[in-house]
Amino acid sequence: MPYFGSEETVKELKRALSNPNVQADRLRYKNYITKVIRYMTQGLDVSALFMDMVKASAKVDIVQKKLVYLYMCTYASDKPDLALLAINTFRKDCADPNPMVRGLALRNMCNFRMPGMTEYIEQPIVAGLRDKASYVRRVAVLGCAKMHSLQPNTEIDGIIVNELYALLRDPDPVVVVNCLRALEEILKDEGGVVINKPIAHHLLNRMKDLDSWAQSEVLTFLLRYHPRSDDELFDVLSLLHAFLQSAHAHVAVATLRLFLHLASAHPAVQADALLCTSAPLLATCGAASRELRFTGLCHVQQVMRSQPGLFGTHYKCFFCGYSEPTYIKFRKMEILVELVNDENVALVLEELRSYCTDVSPELAQAAIAAIGRIARTYSEKCLDILTGLLALKQDHITSAVIQTFRDLVWFCPQSTAAVCQTVEACVDSPQDSETLLWLLGEHGEQISSAPYVMEGYIDGLKTELSSAVKMELLTTAVKTFLCRPAETQDMLGRLLHYCIEEESDVCVRDRALLYYRLLQRGVEETRKVVTGPKSDPSMSVLTGRQEEPISQWASTFNTLGLLSGRDLCLQTAVISAADQPSNSTGKELLPDVTLSSPNDTEEEISLSLGPPLSHETFEKMWLDLEILHRQTLGSPRPRTAPDTLQAALQLVKIQTLAFTPGDTVLWKAYIYTRSTGTLILAELLQGDPQAPGSDESLVVSVKQQPVNQHAIRGFASILKSVLQTLNVDSS
Amino acid sequence: MISQIFILSSKGDHLIYKDFRGEESKDSINVFYEMVTALSGDQPPVVMSHKGLHFIHARQGGLYWVASTKTNPSPFTIIEFLNRLAALTKDYCGSLSEKSVRMNFALIYELLDEMVDFGYIQTTSTDILKNFIQTEAVSSKPFSLFDLSNVGLFGAETQQSKVAPSVAASRPIMSSRGEQGGKNEIFVDVIERLSVVIGSKGVLMKADIHGEIKIKCFLPSCSEMRIGLNEELSIGKSQLKGYSSAVRVDECRFHQAVKLDEFDTFRILKVCPSQGEQTVMQYQLCDELPCAPPFQLFPSVEKDYVNRSVNLSMVLIFLKLRCDLPPKSTALNVSITVPVPKGSTSMSQELSSPDQTAELQPKNKALLWEIPRFPGGAQLSALFKVDVPGLSSASLLEVGPVSMSFELPKQTCTGLQIRFLRLSPTQTGLSQRWVRYVTHSDSYTIRI
Repeated sequence: MPYFGSEETVKELKRALSNPNVQADRLRYKNYITKVIRYMTQGLDVSALFMDMVKASAKVDIVQKKLVYLYMCTYASDKPDLALLAINTFRKDCADPNPMVRGLALRNMCNFRMPGMTEYIEQPIVAGLRDKASYVRRVAVLGCAKMHSLQPNTEIDGIIVNELYALLRDPDPVVVVNCLRALEEILKDEGGVVINKPIAHHLLNRMKDLDSWAQSEVLTFLLRYHPRSDDELFDVLSLLHAFLQSAHAHVAVATLRLFLHLASAHPAVQADALLCTSAPLLATCGAASRELRFTGLCHVQQVMRSQPGLFGTHYKCFFCGYSEPTYIKFRKMEILVELVNDENVALVLEELRSYCTDVSPELAQAAIAAIGRIARTYSEKCLDILTGLLALKQDHITSAVIQTFRDLVWFCPQSTAAVCQTVEACVDSPQDSETLLWLLGEHGEQISSAPYVMEGYIDGLKTELSSAVKMELLTTAVKTFLCRPAETQDMLGRLLHYCIEEESDVCVRDRALLYYRLLQRGVEETRKVVTGPKSDPSMSVLTGRQEEPISQWASTFNTLGLLSGRDLCLQTAVISAADQPSNSTGKELLPDVTLSSPNDTEEEISLSLGPPLSHETFEKMWLDLEILHRQTLGSPRPRTAPDTLQAALQLVKIQTLAFTPGDTVLWKAYIYTRSTGTLILAELLQGDPQAPGSDESLVVSVKQQPVNQHAIRGFASILKSVLQTLNVDSS
Repeated sequence: MISQIFILSSKGDHLIYKDFRGEESKDSINVFYEMVTALSGDQPPVVMSHKGLHFIHARQGGLYWVASTKTNPSPFTIIEFLNRLAALTKDYCGSLSEKSVRMNFALIYELLDEMVDFGYIQTTSTDILKNFIQTEAVSSKPFSLFDLSNVGLFGAETQQSKVAPSVAASRPIMSSRGEQGGKNEIFVDVIERLSVVIGSKGVLMKADIHGEIKIKCFLPSCSEMRIGLNEELSIGKSQLKGYSSAVRVDECRFHQAVKLDEFDTFRILKVCPSQGEQTVMQYQLCDELPCAPPFQLFPSVEKDYVNRSVNLSMVLIFLKLRCDLPPKSTALNVSITVPVPKGSTSMSQELSSPDQTAELQPKNKALLWEIPRFPGGAQLSALFKVDVPGLSSASLLEVGPVSMSFELPKQTCTGLQIRFLRLSPTQTGLSQRWVRYVTHSDSYTIRI
């Protein structure tokens, strides 16, 4: 392999290429050229051979020409002076009688990415635009775009633009589409190619002549066109209706996107288009290519956000094949959970049940969680299955089931009794201790064996390593004591004693002391502090299915963002805020702070804390999102201690992630909060030379997911009033 | 628009690299390979992003076909394009493998040069491309005993040589030299993928068939071809079924070049095939199989204690498998995977014939039973004794569901047949026409 001794290889090739005997033998010569390209692909620097390759380009053999052109395009930017030597050959070829040679030369000449190339290519391009062979015209049209990209800052050449607009009427369909593409690039600064009524209708009439790639591209360009009247709109839609069921999925989906966009005021038309496209979409979900299958599934999922019923009868298409990769199985399960209805619930559950014993623990856990989600609606059947799974006595299954139980009692309290009964049966297998303890603590009065299980934990306390488990145990013991004092008093005493006297972990000791002092104040006081709501059915509104308007997702439909998981990852961050019943009930006692902004009494907004975000998540989201709002707050940063600032913000339910210490000139703070289903991230900045007026006043930049302008305004006013209050205090 | 296209071997070797827009350096190949190999199984690898550059890739023939872009294009377009690129490579090089791509890299560069310009897809049609592609394909022909067996004693034609040779379809479409080059062949393949779930009591719970009719054409120029399907073929769910053995599909889609004017009355597809492989028709049938599913399994799973005192226990799995195909047909490469309880240590088996094999795969917690040939109407049984220390009665629940994979040559489950294949006007007797049928198991699961 050529990775080693590359210099030797290059020298050897150079010798061979300049050998007149080799040059005379057509086949041997070509062989050496092929070798050069092979090394180039593998990553070897063969730019030293440029001179010899230029010579080789003068040969008539067209295959050899193509190879040499590939070489030259790769290295032209490194050797601009030598590349100029090749220009003559190119220009000669541009006048060749064979259109293939003309096109080839023009295309490759335009591919030279080096400064000063424009003067050489301009004349051949202009000639190429008027060539009688469509092949050359295609190349020349894109050549205009290439020429523009070589000198992006120069003035737009009006003559060429006009010529390109004229070529939109070219008989060759590829020339037409290339014109659109070239104009789009050249006119990027002016908002891209203009699609007016004549152009739009011309394109619509040419749709049938285009190949599928061009079709989907033209459909994307048409997104920019707004029909003037409803009559025209329906004319356009009826012209395109046939493409909704194109055999090419990409055309069908591009058409659907255009339909959703154009018919945004006609929900019935949108629904009809979705129905028409459901067949091609389903077909992609069963395509032989995994990647296509995955793409299809992602889009089905998106459509279901607005029309959960659309695929209900086709639920069997989303059963997992056993050889499918895990990421496809995950998607299919997510879809199955969404499309459950009274008719198919039994079969879907049976199918999910069979995944619970899968070899892959991740898949098994996901399947169990999926059953848990279905249990919020069909609790009885699901509880039977989950209870049955406990009998398997496998660690990963049991812990997943217990976690599912925890979420279930939180979201639908009516299942509490059944869950408690089941938990009673499985308490002897402590895999996921924290979750189990939480269940015991919250519902101790319904689980008769709760004190005895806890006793087991307390006896084994010395060997317990995890401090999180110890903290949870303390909470559980106190809660159980409140409802069953007689059985628990003794062991609570032992637990507190151990934790205060012998425990080395400060957090655990502090928690124990806290509870100890709390208990000293009396049982009623303790009850007020420790017990919170046991469940919150209203939360399931956030996580459960709710039909979104189509406009919410239509803009990302058929784009990469949908697949890369970027959007999804943000969504889960927001949703998991509601998903995780917070273990420390203290926070729930605080009522949500409601502030009304001074200038507009109608604007009321409530913020809430939710579970903390990790630094990584925050950073990722901050980088991914756009700044939605920037505002000067009109007050400098408070000269208070950092703790005070943090506490003050916490009071109005704004969480502080990080801030620069002390008196740094460029002072920054990152904060976040949640409000009615959206997550607000913000940066406070003082002293940034780029932001005007930030010397004496703080500038706040807000990002949000999902967007809710109302919430941002509310957030800004709350933030403003807090900072003003702090400044008054400190001065 | 596409910024770069590259093809990598599964080990990350650079096979093909073409930069269309000069926006990104060649390092992005390594960035991509590091990202794709670092992913765990449950992360979707199809689209990945790195500093504003998005990688979209498809796996075909064990290779990574990657496109990178800085814009936000339609994922369907890019993925279908990559699949099309792979299909064209297969057409031109004969087969799709690391070796064939390595040997024909000049040809693939030539293809890419014509297919994509400045990141915009220009054309992928074989008819147009063949005018521009000049490089001859180098085909790698592996030595195969099958080729020898085709030649009968003293050169006499054996029975086998009348069957369409399966290797013939995997040669380059453009080769003008060589002993096979002169053959004007056309292959029409009906390929069905079967996915079935059979419930614990032998009830058919789900049965889907995805089928396609593919043409692989080696004729340098072809006039119109007429493909006649079963006349009684009915499409859609609403049509009434008589007592006749009507062949039914739920829906079908056609290649845009197919002319359907005789389809409604005579079920004839008219197409002018271009060189290479193309799918003329795709069809689906959901929930209803016109015949019995090809395999029925009668399992019994029992617990048995060898020695109760030392807790040595085993699971007895007795499987009786019946093939419900017509007697003359055969299923090939049948393999059956049975999940076994966690902690299974060893296995002994009793199989009914020596060509079958069975092994325990502790990593996958499964046993694999393989049957190379399974004639229709036959019934095979096997007994597996799996040693599982510390077996509980709940562990038996871990046995199952059983999944099978197989291939049914000369069979279509929908019953779709090709009545005739006519080239019109009839060419001068040179062309050979082959019609082949095959059904693959996409996913065949039997619950216990």
